[in-house]
Amino acid sequence: MYVEMKDICKKFGDYEAAKNINFGIEQGKLVALLGPSGSGKTTILRMLAGLEQQDSGDVMIEGKVVNDVPASERGIGFVFQNYALFRYMTVYDNIAFGLKVQKADKQKIHERVMEMISLIGLEGLEKRYPNQLSGGQRQRVAFARAIAPNPQLLLLDEPFAAIDAKVRKDLRKWLKEMIQKVGITSIFVTHDQEEAVEVADDIIIINEGRLEQMGSPISIYKNPKTPFVAQFIGTSAILENLKGFKGYDAVPEGKKVIVRPEFVEAFKSDNKKFAGMMNAVEEGTIESVVFRGSYLELTLEVNGIRLTTNRSLERRHVDIGEKMCVLLYRVYLFDDEGAEIRKNQLLKGIDIEAL
Amino acid sequence: MKQNSQKIVQWILIGISVIFFLLMLVLPLFEVIYRALKDGLESYGRALTASNTLSALKVTLIATVIAVIVNTIFGVIASWLVTKFDFRGKNVLSTLIDIPFSISPVIAGLAYIMTFGRTGWAKPLIDGINDALGTDIALVFSVPAVVLATIFVTFPFISREIIPVLYAEGRDEEEAAAMMGASGFTIFRKITFPHIKWGLLYGIILCAARAFGEFGAVYAVSKARGKTFTLPLEIDALYMAGSADSITQAFAVSSLLVGMALVMLILKSIVEYRGKMKDKE
Amino acid sequence: MKKKSIIPGFGLSMGITVAMLSLIILIPLASVLAYSFRLSGGEFLDLMTRPNVVQSFVTSIGCALAAAVINCVFGVILAWVLVRYDFPGKRLMDGMIELPFALPTAVAGITLTKMYSDTGFLGRAFEKIGIEIAYTKIGIVIAMIFIGIPFVVRAIQPVLEKLSPSYEEAALMLGASRLTVFWKIIFPEIRPALLTGFGLALARGIGEYGSVIYISGNSEKNGTQVVSYIIMQKLNSGNVDYEGAAAIALVLLIISFLMLFLINIIQHIASRRTNA
Repeated sequence: MYVEMKDICKKFGDYEAAKNINFGIEQGKLVALLGPSGSGKTTILRMLAGLEQQDSGDVMIEGKVVNDVPASERGIGFVFQNYALFRYMTVYDNIAFGLKVQKADKQKIHERVMEMISLIGLEGLEKRYPNQLSGGQRQRVAFARAIAPNPQLLLLDEPFAAIDAKVRKDLRKWLKEMIQKVGITSIFVTHDQEEAVEVADDIIIINEGRLEQMGSPISIYKNPKTPFVAQFIGTSAILENLKGFKGYDAVPEGKKVIVRPEFVEAFKSDNKKFAGMMNAVEEGTIESVVFRGSYLELTLEVNGIRLTTNRSLERRHVDIGEKMCVLLYRVYLFDDEGAEIRKNQLLKGIDIEAL
Repeated sequence: MKQNSQKIVQWILIGISVIFFLLMLVLPLFEVIYRALKDGLESYGRALTASNTLSALKVTLIATVIAVIVNTIFGVIASWLVTKFDFRGKNVLSTLIDIPFSISPVIAGLAYIMTFGRTGWAKPLIDGINDALGTDIALVFSVPAVVLATIFVTFPFISREIIPVLYAEGRDEEEAAAMMGASGFTIFRKITFPHIKWGLLYGIILCAARAFGEFGAVYAVSKARGKTFTLPLEIDALYMAGSADSITQAFAVSSLLVGMALVMLILKSIVEYRGKMKDKE
Repeated sequence: MKKKSIIPGFGLSMGITVAMLSLIILIPLASVLAYSFRLSGGEFLDLMTRPNVVQSFVTSIGCALAAAVINCVFGVILAWVLVRYDFPGKRLMDGMIELPFALPTAVAGITLTKMYSDTGFLGRAFEKIGIEIAYTKIGIVIAMIFIGIPFVVRAIQPVLEKLSPSYEEAALMLGASRLTVFWKIIFPEIRPALLTGFGLALARGIGEYGSVIYISGNSEKNGTQVVSYIIMQKLNSGNVDYEGAAAIALVLLIISFLMLFLINIIQHIASRRTNA
């Protein structure tokens, strides 16, 4: 493992920001620390950087314990949430700062800074001050400033939080490409799961100072290990029970149910494709149809329960109040102990994935 | 009709303000000039070049310059401490720094007399130091005493101007610079200082204005006219002498301080204006 | 609990700050405390109940209160006019508001005295209508108004600048009278700042020396001795009385702090009411 946190604990007064955090990150990976605000993810990042000191546990970089190594000697580039660009320095001086502090050769500094400026595509803007740049340009400068001194590890605290939604999507792509190009091991903090899923190779989910789950975006999505992850990832509705739903007779008392839109299928009764599954079908009424840009979001009332599903625009038109056949392929069941997938028993032997 | 009544209210309020302003603030300035020049320019010149006046001017300038330097050093360091670090007792510390704002300057003078004076507990200490070094420094009824009292009353002036600026700035930039391995001095010079430049200058002007005008605190620890008197004390001495001539001289010396005060106000307005322009950029 | 910070210089700046604060402010002030305890309880009481001492406290606090109240009225008007209206000379007025901060108190003191004494232009005018100002408590109040006015104006000005005129316009549209608008809309907004300015002006007035002692006349008979004058007298007169000076200074300190504390409490209660 290239970067490791071992049994890290940290308290701020009564508030536990980190409870026994353990994880390792391989060299070259781009990892997201994902969690709701106040979950402790930023604190974990700051402890890695050396900006905060953990109460107990070890931080290791390249196999060496760096607990007592000051932040400036850990070989880390850090992109702050609001970028913390030096407001009274030009773009050029911002990027050159780290190299100047290391007393690098003047010519070398100049070469490196110009290389960085062309890498981030801000040629011609090197004399500008930060407040003369757009949000996206500022983020690029912050990125260049962080990697100019050739750090071994790049840490980014909510790198997209301060940017307009419109530019954000482009910047995500840009940042991912840049990091791949530079080939630097990187960890970023975010509260936006879409962002984490899109950008990161691996995701670490943090909640209330605990590490909930770590893995690739797909594996986390498909196999949530804890109730928190099951709720947090994807869009999901939480139901108290599934009373009366065909195929879910054996749901134990006291377990809650998570249903995602992709677990629900709604079709017109004359649809031949689902002919073999009619024994598992419930009847539902369309309550609302919302156009989501590239698909429709249907809300259906089924057995007194409200379910949501997405419908391709290529399929037949549906109306509010229309009766539909509703299939529930599977659900997540969870209690305080953990989460599990429960498939519809009546669909046993049918290969749903082949549909 | 509503428009009309609004205009009337507006002009009444402006009228009240202008009258208050003229009576309370402008008229006194003219009064000083009028009384200073009552006996003609020649006697005005004589009053300003009297040896006591010149000595007082010298002491005033010494006290002002030293007070500004000491309080600048303190103000910058204390604001750095209060805004860049978290520690227990921070609120108490901030409150203690502001004490001189809320107490009578006379008490400041009193405090030094009781510490370093003839019966003060630190007197033996000072004597000991003087014996050891072969010096003859007195911390009451001397120029150093005047300087100390001046420092006391102007102590929080600079930190009070800088602390809000640094709070608003946050710590990110300093942390970012520290992450890259910059030393404390480099961080201050390159990152922090550009932020506080205008606030610091503003604080220095207010500090200087208060320092050269201080009366109560200095009055308590300065007794030797022509040696340890500052301009305000010299004015007091001339005024209390009571003769028509000496009162005119008192106003002549006062006009000098009025000039200094106006210069400070103009500088302050310029700094304020430049600072605002800088913000808008 | 000392938290490790990445920003360097904690120890050094802490050391310098505490050392300078202690040497210049705290230790000398502690001496005052120590000195005042040299008096026995009986002596202390005897000193504090002397007619001239009691009178001086009444005069200082009473005049400072009166001046601070008057300053609140004029301070609000001045700040309002400076923020809301445009008229020739406004910038000059704005810049000169702080003259009392920059003008040495002794200069202010002798000038005000001459202006309001029977030889002065204003003094003569008031004498004609039978009001004596110099060497009376009215004179003391005028000096305290002079030194206190910038505190109030400067406290309110930024609040008024932030207060959008659309507030008042909304209330006026709803048919409120201008007076109602002021008391119900504007006054609650500026109240905290006004209290702060009031407190600062009051504290300054209670401890004031330079600008007051000339115009007051310092007459025991007329009750125009202020506390600062009594303290200074004990340092200067033939029979120096350090213990007495320290004791009176201590009481003055305590009263100043109590006043500030009281204002803070009012501030707190008022803010809780608006936030609830």
